[in-house]
Amino acid sequence: MKELVIISGKGGSGKTSVAASFAVLAQPAVIADCDVDAADLHLLMSPRINERHEFHSGHEAVIRQEDCIGCGACLAHCRFEAVVRMPTTFGSNSVCKDCEFCVRSCPVRVNEMIRAMRESSGYQGDEAAFYIDPVACEGCGVCVQFCPVQAIDFPECLCGEWMVSDTRCGPMVHARLGIAAENSGKLVCTVRREARRIAEERNHELIIVDGPPGIGCPVIASITGSDLVLAVTEPTPSGEHDLKRVVQLARHFGIPMAVCINKWDINEDMSARIETFCNEQSIPLAGKIRYDQALTRSQIQGQAVVEAEKHGAAADLRNLWAAISATLLQFSNHAA
Amino acid sequence: MKIAVASGKGGTGKTTVATNLAWVASDRGHGVAYLDCDVEEPNGHLFLNPRISVSEPATRLVPEVDEAKCTYCGRCGEICQFSAIVCLGRAIVVNPDMCHACGGCKLVCPTGAITEVPREMGRIDRGDAAKVQFVRGLLNVGEAMSPPLIRKVLAAAPHTDLVLIDAPPGTSCPVIASLRGSDYVLLVTEPTPFGLHDLKLAVDMVRALKLPFGVVINRADSGDERTRAYCASNRIPILLEIPDDRRVAEAYSRGELACVGMDEYREAFANLLNRILEVAQSPRQTGMGA
Repeated sequence: MKELVIISGKGGSGKTSVAASFAVLAQPAVIADCDVDAADLHLLMSPRINERHEFHSGHEAVIRQEDCIGCGACLAHCRFEAVVRMPTTFGSNSVCKDCEFCVRSCPVRVNEMIRAMRESSGYQGDEAAFYIDPVACEGCGVCVQFCPVQAIDFPECLCGEWMVSDTRCGPMVHARLGIAAENSGKLVCTVRREARRIAEERNHELIIVDGPPGIGCPVIASITGSDLVLAVTEPTPSGEHDLKRVVQLARHFGIPMAVCINKWDINEDMSARIETFCNEQSIPLAGKIRYDQALTRSQIQGQAVVEAEKHGAAADLRNLWAAISATLLQFSNHAA
Repeated sequence: MKIAVASGKGGTGKTTVATNLAWVASDRGHGVAYLDCDVEEPNGHLFLNPRISVSEPATRLVPEVDEAKCTYCGRCGEICQFSAIVCLGRAIVVNPDMCHACGGCKLVCPTGAITEVPREMGRIDRGDAAKVQFVRGLLNVGEAMSPPLIRKVLAAAPHTDLVLIDAPPGTSCPVIASLRGSDYVLLVTEPTPFGLHDLKLAVDMVRALKLPFGVVINRADSGDERTRAYCASNRIPILLEIPDDRRVAEAYSRGELACVGMDEYREAFANLLNRILEVAQSPRQTGMGA
């Protein structure tokens, strides 16, 4: 079984359009959408969802207000500015200006001591109330550990869901990260693991992974241990710059790589430069796709461009797929 | 005022909008800083051509264990939520790639065997591009976590009356980190099914963050009408539509700013800036109502 991952560094360079066309041309293959942040492949594959699974990952600190004694130990220990202090009321003769210095500097974090300091300075208001901003909370659990009265709960987070579906091109695993949720890398790992399981079950030889943009955790989670990375780029300064970083990334993890240039004809000089770069780095240029509005048209119709068209970019994509499948076959022969 | 430029989908034109806005605002006499928070793939420098005056390594803290003092009690491994420090029998394994630098292991260590040492995660470059103050982060290749570096970029912001934040694509932690502390968010999209789908995700995200926002539609005549209809029915202001103009694409492919060479774009971005400044002051018009 081979796993092909399509990435790009720069977003919007055409990963998903390429992945959808490959899914049509490669049948039967398992399709995995690992751009869990902003998944779009389902818009072209119209999956019929068979299974939905909640994705739980990490924990989130929540202060039980009825048990909080307002000592501020959580605020003092949080490095992510996730602890928010509610405004409190003050007596008019108070020396206390609510600067929180006592809370932050008390070496023993003893609530009684802080309370005594405040009272001696004329503090009359309500106890300070604290709460944790769920968006800023890193889920490290330090506040939970150091709350002197164990008033902080630490439930597991629901970070999104992942789905197993059928499409006209074969099975598909995809996911949706929750709003402002974290741990997209772990969700990517889940999607890949399920795709592999299905490929083994149904004896499919190939998994096509639509990867996320960038070079960070979700990209690393998408490419590690895969068989071939196809980097889609475009002939612009950003496309070139981001391609170089993606090449370094694939090298760093020792994964074989090929490149394709999308919209290569919008700047032929830049395309030539990228081609030279690939030659120098001994990275095969697997193909070039011309600028073609048919890609947008087929997107609007919810199709891969190779389903809608024969010529233009669709023909380029067929050639690209021929080159990529030949490379994958070579790998299989080597392995055998 | 801090304006963040974001988008769910990549490649919609965040950097184009952020760099042109920065240039136009500085041209109109505002003190402007441009922060490139897309630390995985920063591109703003390709268009602003800054002169970098300071380039320094950015570090985050990771634990180091003095095994002479360690009693292998395992409490560090118990508190760590990220498997960045693990106690296996009589060995402590630190995995700095997984570390979120919360400091928990050091705090719980009963023998003081753990210290925190800085580890390079990337670089921060500072300089100026004409009248625009320029800051960018560049994440080291192979480094998984970008939010710690993004927070450092934001902390390095100069004190100017206008700060433009070029955010990474997506809707998860790196974007959330970039948007923190912003006064207004511009969501750049394109009128295609992918663009619209990811715009909806981005709208849900900025609403969850309770930030006022507006939309810029790039390549406005390239797709269909669904994006405009969505904005209208959700009462989201469309602050600018940039046509699918070959000259803009060509300027971009040469690393040039549209508003430097073409008067109509300078005008358009100046209007966009005015609209943001206006809209940001009247909370009812910010797209948060619906």
